[in-house]
Amino acid sequence: MPVLQLVPILSGPVGGLVEPLGRRLATVFGMPVEVAATPIDVEVAYDGVRGQYNSRSLLAQLLAHAPKAATRILGLTGVDLYVPVLTFVFGEAELDGRAALVSSFLLDNELYGLPADGALLFERLVKEAVHELGHTFGLVHCHRDTCVMTSSTYVEGIDLKSVEFCDRCLRAVRQKRARLGA
Amino acid sequence: MEQRTASILVVDDEFSVRDSLTSWFKKDGYDVRAVDSAAAALQALEQRKFDVGVFDIKMPGMDGIELQDRVHRIDPQMAVIMLTAFASVETAVQALKQGAFDYVTKPIDPDELSHLVQRAIERRRLGEANQQLRATIDELTEAADGAIVGESPAIRKVLALVADVARTEATVLIRGESGTGKELIARAIHAQSSRRYFPIIPVNCGSLPEDLLESELFGHERGAFTGARQRRKGRIEMADGGTLFLDEVGSIPLRMQVDLLRTLETREFTRVGGARPIKSDYRPICATNEDLGRAVAEGRFREDFYYRIDVFPIDVPPLRDRRTDIPLLVRHFVEQFAERMGKPVEGVTDEAMEQLQAWSWPGNVRELSNAIERAMVVASPPRICAGDLPLRRAAPAAAPCGDSLAEVEKRHVLAVLERTGWNITRAAELLEVDRVTVYNKIRKYGLAQK
Repeated sequence: MPVLQLVPILSGPVGGLVEPLGRRLATVFGMPVEVAATPIDVEVAYDGVRGQYNSRSLLAQLLAHAPKAATRILGLTGVDLYVPVLTFVFGEAELDGRAALVSSFLLDNELYGLPADGALLFERLVKEAVHELGHTFGLVHCHRDTCVMTSSTYVEGIDLKSVEFCDRCLRAVRQKRARLGA
Repeated sequence: MEQRTASILVVDDEFSVRDSLTSWFKKDGYDVRAVDSAAAALQALEQRKFDVGVFDIKMPGMDGIELQDRVHRIDPQMAVIMLTAFASVETAVQALKQGAFDYVTKPIDPDELSHLVQRAIERRRLGEANQQLRATIDELTEAADGAIVGESPAIRKVLALVADVARTEATVLIRGESGTGKELIARAIHAQSSRRYFPIIPVNCGSLPEDLLESELFGHERGAFTGARQRRKGRIEMADGGTLFLDEVGSIPLRMQVDLLRTLETREFTRVGGARPIKSDYRPICATNEDLGRAVAEGRFREDFYYRIDVFPIDVPPLRDRRTDIPLLVRHFVEQFAERMGKPVEGVTDEAMEQLQAWSWPGNVRELSNAIERAMVVASPPRICAGDLPLRRAAPAAAPCGDSLAEVEKRHVLAVLERTGWNITRAAELLEVDRVTVYNKIRKYGLAQK
């Protein structure tokens, strides 16, 4: 039975979002979601010069600690993520692999000097979580503007797309899930 | 049509950069290959092409700039984006001077990287499309060169003149009887000129009434005249960068010769109903079957306009003066029509060839082409016989009787057109009307060549 494991990392401000996010992901992917307390050392991923956390390093830890039973693993964090060549990322995933990671850091309105908006933050987090997990199902960026797999390189771009997969991406996810035995 | 997946070659000695760029580009759906050195990149390029290269400038051994130079010798269309750890203006300028598409400083803003790669792919595809178009045009222009068939001294002299004048910007006046292939000569000049990647725009000045010709040549503004519902570009404007071929230039009305003279001298004109001068960089080639010198003497053609277009005259010989080309032309037309009609005709009998060589060909190569086409329809493969050729002069038509005056006129015009092999100029001469009138009658009565 395929299982999606949700791993809170340095939960902080995202702590309260773990449960509702798990419920949404279970609906979208049609898989049970288990929340796991995996010991991830964020300091290993920290770059003092950049003041950011290397998402590749966190992803590697997630995979190293993942139980065999977890079909997909999603790390949920509130830290500022980067990959070495880019200034920032909203999240990271193994294309057609098992692990994905998403951060709420850049999704928070307050970071941009705007009033806090918890509902908007949650919607953005759901979209990015679904997007990164979509990559683990082998999906690449979609050219349909409203599909959740559209690439978003700035936060307003996340608001423009929907939380849904387009028909084509949804078909691909279902086929993949069927092969996993869901 | 869905485009093929674009490919990217990442070259960087740092594993983390290669790893993160590969991951990023793969999620964007690109076909990515990442290597750790310039030498490995050159090896990869021996195996296949890539649309875009993302090269680190500073690498041990061969650096990104030298790699770009080597890569462009293999594939000049590859769009290269340079990655640099420090914003060094000198290095970046050097990279751009040597043909890099752009450069970015690490770490890169994801939005900037996505747009940069998209633009690089578009540039690469435009470059490829441009290259393909040029190759197609080169093939077509080679075909245009080969369209003039003949080995007689007379036609060789013409082809030598074509080759000489094609390299220049001189205005050419092609003189010759109707049907001698003046337009083919004009197209051959255009095909061999540096303007061949731009259009050749032909205008048959003899087939249009004056007001229509004016609008056709100069274009018109919206509301310039009744029916001018929108602005329209004229042929002169359409020929910008290319060649304007004015056929039957002797038929241009005197008043319009003044306007044309002005545009020939300044390459500027105004649309009908417009006030703004428009520039068009075109090369004029004119053609005529008239003796323009005589037309000048008779006051039918402006002297200044004549001298303006008679810069480099080329006289195309009539077919009767290059009879040795007839067998070659016959073979050319038989092959052409056999393929077009799907009929296995291979040639003509000796008797048919004798007749073809003896004929006077008043309608020149066009008449020969028409004669072969008609003979091909009735011929029994593999050869066209003398009896298949429509070379007997038409018997004087029985006087049409009865019917209306219009019916009589229709039959008479048709008879004359058929007798002249639909040579409009000859028909106009026989009917003692101008060419425009003949075209008007053809339209009015819906006459068509059988």
